Amino acid sequence: MMNGVGREIPESIVGIKNVKPYIGPFSYVPTGRLTGSAIKVNKPRSEKVLASIEQAIEASGLKDGMTISFHHHFRNGDYVLNMVMAVIAKKGIKDLTLAPSSLNTINEEIIPYIEQGVIIAVETSGARGKLGQLLTSGKLSKPTIIRSHGGRARAIECGELHIDVAFIGAPACDTYGNINGVEGKSACGSLGYAMVDAAYADKVVAITDHLVPYPLFPISIPQTQVDYIVPVEAIGDPKGIASGALRISKDPRELLIAQYATTAIEHSGYFKQDYSIQLGSGGASLAAARFLKGKMQKQGITASFGLGGVTAPFIEMLEEGLIKAVYDVQDFDIPSIESIKKNRNHQEMSAAFYANPHNGGPIVNQLDVVILSATEVDVNFNVNVITDSNGVIMGAVGGHQDTAAGAALSIVVAPLLRGRLPMVIDQVHTVCTPGETVDIIVTERGVAVNPLRADLKENLKAANIPLMDIEELRNIAYEFAGKPDPIEVSDKIAAVVEYRDGTLIDVIRPTA
Amino acid sequence: MKLRRTMMFVPGNNPGMLINAGIYGADTIIFDLEDSVALSEKDAARHLVYNAMKFIHYSCEVAVRINHISTPFGYKDLETILAVKPDLIRLPKAETAVDIEEIDELITAAEIKHGFLPGSINMMAAIETAKGIRNAYDIAAASPRMVAIAIGGEDYLADLQTSRTKDGKEFFAGRGQLILAAREAGIHAIDTVFGDVNNEEDFIAETTRIKEMGFDGKSVVNPRQINIVHEIYTPTEKEIDHAQRVISAYEESLTRKSGVVSLNGKMIDIPVVKRAQRTLAYANAVGKNEGGTTL
Repeated sequence: MMNGVGREIPESIVGIKNVKPYIGPFSYVPTGRLTGSAIKVNKPRSEKVLASIEQAIEASGLKDGMTISFHHHFRNGDYVLNMVMAVIAKKGIKDLTLAPSSLNTINEEIIPYIEQGVIIAVETSGARGKLGQLLTSGKLSKPTIIRSHGGRARAIECGELHIDVAFIGAPACDTYGNINGVEGKSACGSLGYAMVDAAYADKVVAITDHLVPYPLFPISIPQTQVDYIVPVEAIGDPKGIASGALRISKDPRELLIAQYATTAIEHSGYFKQDYSIQLGSGGASLAAARFLKGKMQKQGITASFGLGGVTAPFIEMLEEGLIKAVYDVQDFDIPSIESIKKNRNHQEMSAAFYANPHNGGPIVNQLDVVILSATEVDVNFNVNVITDSNGVIMGAVGGHQDTAAGAALSIVVAPLLRGRLPMVIDQVHTVCTPGETVDIIVTERGVAVNPLRADLKENLKAANIPLMDIEELRNIAYEFAGKPDPIEVSDKIAAVVEYRDGTLIDVIRPTA
Repeated sequence: MKLRRTMMFVPGNNPGMLINAGIYGADTIIFDLEDSVALSEKDAARHLVYNAMKFIHYSCEVAVRINHISTPFGYKDLETILAVKPDLIRLPKAETAVDIEEIDELITAAEIKHGFLPGSINMMAAIETAKGIRNAYDIAAASPRMVAIAIGGEDYLADLQTSRTKDGKEFFAGRGQLILAAREAGIHAIDTVFGDVNNEEDFIAETTRIKEMGFDGKSVVNPRQINIVHEIYTPTEKEIDHAQRVISAYEESLTRKSGVVSLNGKMIDIPVVKRAQRTLAYANAVGKNEGGTTL
């Protein structure tokens, strides 16, 4: 079947239940009821704290063929996933589905467990390095399912992704299972992604290096959802969890892209008192925050809320009163973690509140402007953020699909050339975010507005930016770098990319 | 009116920088074959710049800083680069009018050889010694191709036996002489580079100072410096408004064939009109006179 972005999706795919092709960003209408965790009971004065991960695994009833989950709030400083997988492997449990909210390079340690069959399937937002290569290789018995953050929350809440046991790295946890992410040596700030797992998994195991007496407050994940607690030496490396304040780029090309993006926002028609904004954590996005701040100060405009993925420039704007409130699903640096701890206007939110398309309304629906990055973009404005120019998984969908669909204005920033490769091309190798939800592409050599947005194009005529058609951008890129040959792939399906509503937007095949 | 608020140096041996040199909005880019290129890289830089200019369409003025013709590289630089018709050849370390006249002849020959419009390749010279400063007017007026003179930095200070200070006293005499020579010859005066790219505060102070002295622009070494210079050279709304009213009054007097121009009861003479034209040229360069905004 040809789906709504012109990709061939097989009628059925081995290992994928109920294949539905993507039609349009809001075409699929869900029916049915939400799912729930197993009913729990805990008698007065019973003990949740266990001595080891092994004991917790035994207590949770984890068996062959089950699904386990983790969160990625510790990013490349995460010890929990590797630590738990080592114990599971040692216990001889196999055929598991691994469903972390995302995977980082540090998780390459689990590759042997995939090769040994401890893990036979992966459902996540993305992967990098050797793990990305492995997931692209087609060696797993089931295709990897790639979901956006909103899509993952949806899949969990509607029962498509049923988690048997969630292992939650807990920066601070009391003896009865109340958890927050703002205290302890491994503080990571918001626990937005883990909240959904905790609420829907049959069994929840908290793993902490900061066990405190009852009661802990504030509470991000409540005792009512947590079954077992395991204290360990360390759940992460603070240096890998959060950096100091991320520095604004000095790369002139990134700065130029950021300038064009913020000038586009200024003239878009959305840059008004009480607008709302989400910025990414990439170089151009961070620089955009600084330019945007200048424009807001100059014109006396303040934002009603900011959304993220939170970084220090956002916190500065919050503290200076330029943004009234920040809603936070994850924190990237120490100033952001400090802020969510002390500032009442900086609110933690779950991935479902952030971006699940199938609830009463995620906050992305209220978003005016988002700046997103891209690996490659095509002339239909489709964006790839998952595979590299060799067709190998090397990134994550994250909130890309969700914010592009939700925001009134979605801006994608990307260099036109990376080294000697063109980044605006005829067809992206993998469609992650459909072009109809992308409004503007900003590169260092030109800015293209989606023809669906004639209104925007009109507004941007007054802006001092090099507007051009997307085909013109592609032509410039090809003129410098040549037209890349299509990547040769085999027939096998190594991974499927779900759209946030659960339909399939593309498949990833092993490279030949 | 051609503006040269920013003339950005781009090392000739860096392909990535050559490709992107044109996108940052500098009024002029200067591909450098001289001081930023090591002796062992001179050939490579010359050929890279040649190919970049042949292949890439730059929408701004393109200059090439050649090695001085007293070095083993100067003539080869000219021979190679003139074939791809730069807008401007920049000669470093100019000391006498003879340097300029010799290059002028070589350019004339190249224009004939390659069938370019005679006189279409311009020249500028950087003055980097006390002797050069003394001869500044002669250098500036040595050829009709000359469109600008610039003061060089470190070499000049070494020759003067001084060094950089925060408020630029060491450049005071040289800059003063240079601007007088440029104005007398009717060409642009360009200030030296400010190398400490991360020191925005002192860069702003220096650029403001040289603008007040009358300089037409500044050499820059990093794209991040471009917008700062342009911002300083951008007239205020009030200045633009006044300039527009001066020009309207002047144009009206022309249609009335009246020799007297007045605005709000005040007489306006030609220098005021010229200044107004200059103000509007700077405003137009950033789109400020057309309802657009600066970046």
